[in-house]
Amino acid sequence: MNLWPLVGVLVVIAGFALRLNPMGVVVAAAIATALAVGTTPLATLELVGDAFAKNRFLAIFVLALPVIGLLERHGLREQAERWVTRLRGATAGRVLIAYHALRQIGAAVGLTSIGGHAQTVRPLLAPMVEGAAKRRLGQLPEPLRMHLRAMSAATDNVALFFGEDIFIAFGAVLLMQAFFAGNGIVLEPLAIALWGIPTAVCAFGIHALRLRRLDRRIAELAPAADREDPSPEPVDPTADAARARVDP
Amino acid sequence: MPRERASIRDTRYLPVAAVSAMSLVYALLGAFMLFNALANWRRRTQVGALANAGFWGLLGVVVVAADWLPLAVVGVAVIVAAGIAASGHMRALSADPSRADPAMGLALETAAIDAPVVGTSPARAPAATVTLGDRIFIPALLIPAITVAGVFGFKAAGRAGYALVNTQQATLLALAVACVVAAGVASVMTRSGPRTALVEGGRLLDAIGWAAILPLLLAMLGSVFAETGVGDVVAELMRAWVPTESRLACVLAYALGMALFTMLMGNAFAAFPVLTAGIGLPLLVAQHGADAASLAAIGMLSGYCGTLLTPMAANYNLVPAALLELPDRYGVIRAQVATALPLLACNIALMYFIPFRGT
Repeated sequence: MNLWPLVGVLVVIAGFALRLNPMGVVVAAAIATALAVGTTPLATLELVGDAFAKNRFLAIFVLALPVIGLLERHGLREQAERWVTRLRGATAGRVLIAYHALRQIGAAVGLTSIGGHAQTVRPLLAPMVEGAAKRRLGQLPEPLRMHLRAMSAATDNVALFFGEDIFIAFGAVLLMQAFFAGNGIVLEPLAIALWGIPTAVCAFGIHALRLRRLDRRIAELAPAADREDPSPEPVDPTADAARARVDP
Repeated sequence: MPRERASIRDTRYLPVAAVSAMSLVYALLGAFMLFNALANWRRRTQVGALANAGFWGLLGVVVVAADWLPLAVVGVAVIVAAGIAASGHMRALSADPSRADPAMGLALETAAIDAPVVGTSPARAPAATVTLGDRIFIPALLIPAITVAGVFGFKAAGRAGYALVNTQQATLLALAVACVVAAGVASVMTRSGPRTALVEGGRLLDAIGWAAILPLLLAMLGSVFAETGVGDVVAELMRAWVPTESRLACVLAYALGMALFTMLMGNAFAAFPVLTAGIGLPLLVAQHGADAASLAAIGMLSGYCGTLLTPMAANYNLVPAALLELPDRYGVIRAQVATALPLLACNIALMYFIPFRGT
């Protein structure tokens, strides 16, 4: 068996493990792979250039930055933080669970573009989550603030991934159908899409459990006297109070 | 490497209107990058500004002109840009809250905007929202609203016989239109010029830095891997190790293989054909009698668990870490591990039972 094509995989693993700059690692891996299988240097350059041209669309989100930047300059994030404190009973976890439900259902009916890290998570969701936690704790410890932001991005990803696959016109569903058709097996897109539902339910359940745990951890951080809104979740006495509060 | 790209302009595949519309979007995108390059060039005495200028200048040019430049030239530009990023000289300059940067004309302009509301404070001014209140959400919410409306509009036009664009392009075009309209509305509402929007956008672009381009390069690496047959080697290696008579072993190999291979490629779509041709079809469908539809669905979603775990899926994992200014580049991935691993276990269980429910 010719193992030379795996050179690039090794470069990638080593590069990410050593935390080298990913840009350099990826380009080095591409060049190493191409050269290892005997592509000429000129053809390698063309391969890189062609793939770049075809994948330019992945950078379209950058077009949202001017409007987001402008609005942030005029206090969009602060307003999002303030807005959420007006909602009674809003906690960081509940805001995220609500967003998760909305985002996943939206993706499942084909509305994948209602969210996104540049358009929604940075300017709206993350400030709301931080605002909800601030109402409970006052000033947030920096690691917790960063963890809340990371969980906001994670929630968007989980909800999107395990929602969009239920939509029958979604690329992945059509890709699966086309693959099996190419191998002589005819499948209904609807059947593929429906069998995405069990995993979608599991994804929501697992992630929502984690978000509720996040709320419990935040509640534990709050000084007892300040608990104006007693947590409805029973606080597990064996909960990981001793553990780092914001273990990722 | 065959120049398949020529087919992009082949009207058999895409209407000409769609191509020129996408070119317009890329021209807009590249122009914004070039604007940011120029802004960085003007403050080139600051540490990192020159690297930023070179990076965004090069990429701005190839984003605009990739369809006309020789592919090798695009390749060289991409490699040089990657070199600039890897050199570690790029800095998020304009994210600096002091913003004391008269060279840009920025301090002057923003001071003029804020003057009626918060005096001469050059820092970001929450006080400005007192006048806007919740209305500041309107332009932000216009982006998803117009995108969704645009996608439906383009599709309806397609059904009516005016096939403007294909599905993927419909979303991209709609998003681009939404961003431009929202920027216009925001400029009017905040009484600032389009230049301020571009300057503020540049601030964010510098804060994200090279991570904004990483998804393109990872997709590029994915196509190089596909082109050079990396997937076939991996599938062959896995098959050599799996005790094929055991259904559980085959299920584990397919589900874990999808997750692992997705982590390597950064994309479950790339992993699916390889693993399904290598393990799913011959072992699970043909030998163990699995139902193809549910197997495929759960297999793909096992791959998605891998997407949550890999820096190779940069647009989902590394770009948001940069956007949210997390100190840890892998912070989003860390936040996803505790969801992804139990979910992968669920997928393995589902895959063990659901596709075999009839057997």
